Amino acid sequence: MTGAALPKPRVDIWPALTPLLVAAIAAPFIGSASTFVTLTLASLAMGAMLFVMASGLTLAFGMMDVLNFGHGAFIAVGAYTATVVYRLGAPLAGGSLGLDLALFVAALVCAAVVCGALGFVYERLLVAPVYGRHLEQILITIGGAIVIEQLLLALFGTEPIDLSPPRAFQGSLVFGQIGIEKYRLVALGLGLALFVAQLVVLSRTRIGLLIRAGVENREMVEALGYRIERLFVGVFMAASALAGIGGVLWGIYQNQARAGMGGELLVLVFIVIIIGGLGSTTGCAIGATLVALIANYAGFLAPKLALVSNIVLMVAVLLWRPRGLYPLSAR
Amino acid sequence: MSANLTLDGVHTHIGRYHILQGVDFAAAAGRTTMLLGRNGAGKTTTLRTVMGLWRASRGTIRLGEKRLDGARPSEIARRGVAYVPETMAIFSDLSVRENLLLAAREGPMDEGRLDWIFGFFPALKTFWLSRAGGLSGGQKQMLSIARALIEPRDLLLIDEPTKGLAPAIVDGLIACLKDIKRRGATILLVEQNFRVAREVGDDVAVMDNGRIVYAGAMAELAADRELQGRLLGLSLDSHQ
Repeated sequence: MTGAALPKPRVDIWPALTPLLVAAIAAPFIGSASTFVTLTLASLAMGAMLFVMASGLTLAFGMMDVLNFGHGAFIAVGAYTATVVYRLGAPLAGGSLGLDLALFVAALVCAAVVCGALGFVYERLLVAPVYGRHLEQILITIGGAIVIEQLLLALFGTEPIDLSPPRAFQGSLVFGQIGIEKYRLVALGLGLALFVAQLVVLSRTRIGLLIRAGVENREMVEALGYRIERLFVGVFMAASALAGIGGVLWGIYQNQARAGMGGELLVLVFIVIIIGGLGSTTGCAIGATLVALIANYAGFLAPKLALVSNIVLMVAVLLWRPRGLYPLSAR
Repeated sequence: MSANLTLDGVHTHIGRYHILQGVDFAAAAGRTTMLLGRNGAGKTTTLRTVMGLWRASRGTIRLGEKRLDGARPSEIARRGVAYVPETMAIFSDLSVRENLLLAAREGPMDEGRLDWIFGFFPALKTFWLSRAGGLSGGQKQMLSIARALIEPRDLLLIDEPTKGLAPAIVDGLIACLKDIKRRGATILLVEQNFRVAREVGDDVAVMDNGRIVYAGAMAELAADRELQGRLLGLSLDSHQ
């Protein structure tokens, strides 16, 4: 019964190489090496932020089969939470590199906690009653997003609130003719750290195994004795917390928090998770990088095409891989 | 350790369909009860209803003194029931090891028990760290059964484990089922392969149109061709 050796799983490297391919194609058109490097680094930072915002949604979507059109609202809530933390911590800001860093970390942690808690309420009140009913999910989560957005406008006013990077992260590092904004490096580092952390949790912990198993077959996870509903709530809270962290990063990147920012980003976030393959963390990271590279290269080379560039990218990827770059085998 | 499974007037509706229409039978503790019947008789629905994957709309289901009807599948699993579905439902993106790790709810896997399982299904040891999705159909079935065995359970619900398997693998499965029985577990087994049914079954319940139409000893049914033809529409000897 042991029989012949199991065929080795095919290592599907091509999707992971697509960002390199895109960069290689764009390089000759951009011409200047310094411009190319600057654009590419900026894209990697933007991709890291998109990944943070999208990674929770792809897990929740893949596992719970929930179309959460309210995910963008959590991005905005995260950014506004950072403005509150910065306002409270204003006397400390600029005091030292350490205090600036502490304030930045505090903003990230508070955004994660606030959005995680809000995610719990949102899941119990709005999402739980409509599991398995996609049309109702779309309607009710859009409704939820509108309510949250209006609450943000009522609480914080209609004007955008300033959200500048901590002083320690302002300015650029210059290497010859290449200039890299410090904050973008921070965002890139944080995005990479969260990517690695998610991979470790998903592959090395029991809760991660349960999430991966739940993405494949929720019923069997329940039949093994695990309360899938609790897992759903936990994943939804984590997804909301990640959206909140992404909102802080994006808000600082844009130097402002606005109630509508999440809704505007949601299209990009959905493109990222569809390109990546629903439920796949690695696919999400590659999808986010691709989306950011295309947006920046197109913005530089043909600004008029920038708006449609990601739609074209999504169509191209889906023609090549109809279930995304790294589809999960069972769904 | 094991206990009687008792179904009393169990009805199950799936959507507008009334599938189980008053199922009454008992699977005795420590014995293997075969659940037979034509396609569509309600065998799989019975197992899924016991497991809580379909909710009984009426009637009671008991494992010993514990009520199972109305409970969530996770609670039923924690009351000592393991389920091997017809589809196997292995987690194909997880390795063999990870599949078994999830099934061992109570903590680390028992090495002795693992060796016992490897004795019947050595392929699982060979492909321990391989992705389960890459296993053959027979190996996936072994994994699905191993997942139900990795911790001691009072009741095993197994749905057509030999479907589509090569005869050599079926022999290993028969040996495994006999050994599980020797260890005292109660087994409720849906099986179309008569050789397997005759070799491992102690008792039998035959379903038709969502009801139990015959219950008795497996040996009696196996010896009575006329009864087989009347209950199942064919001789079981021709169905293996």
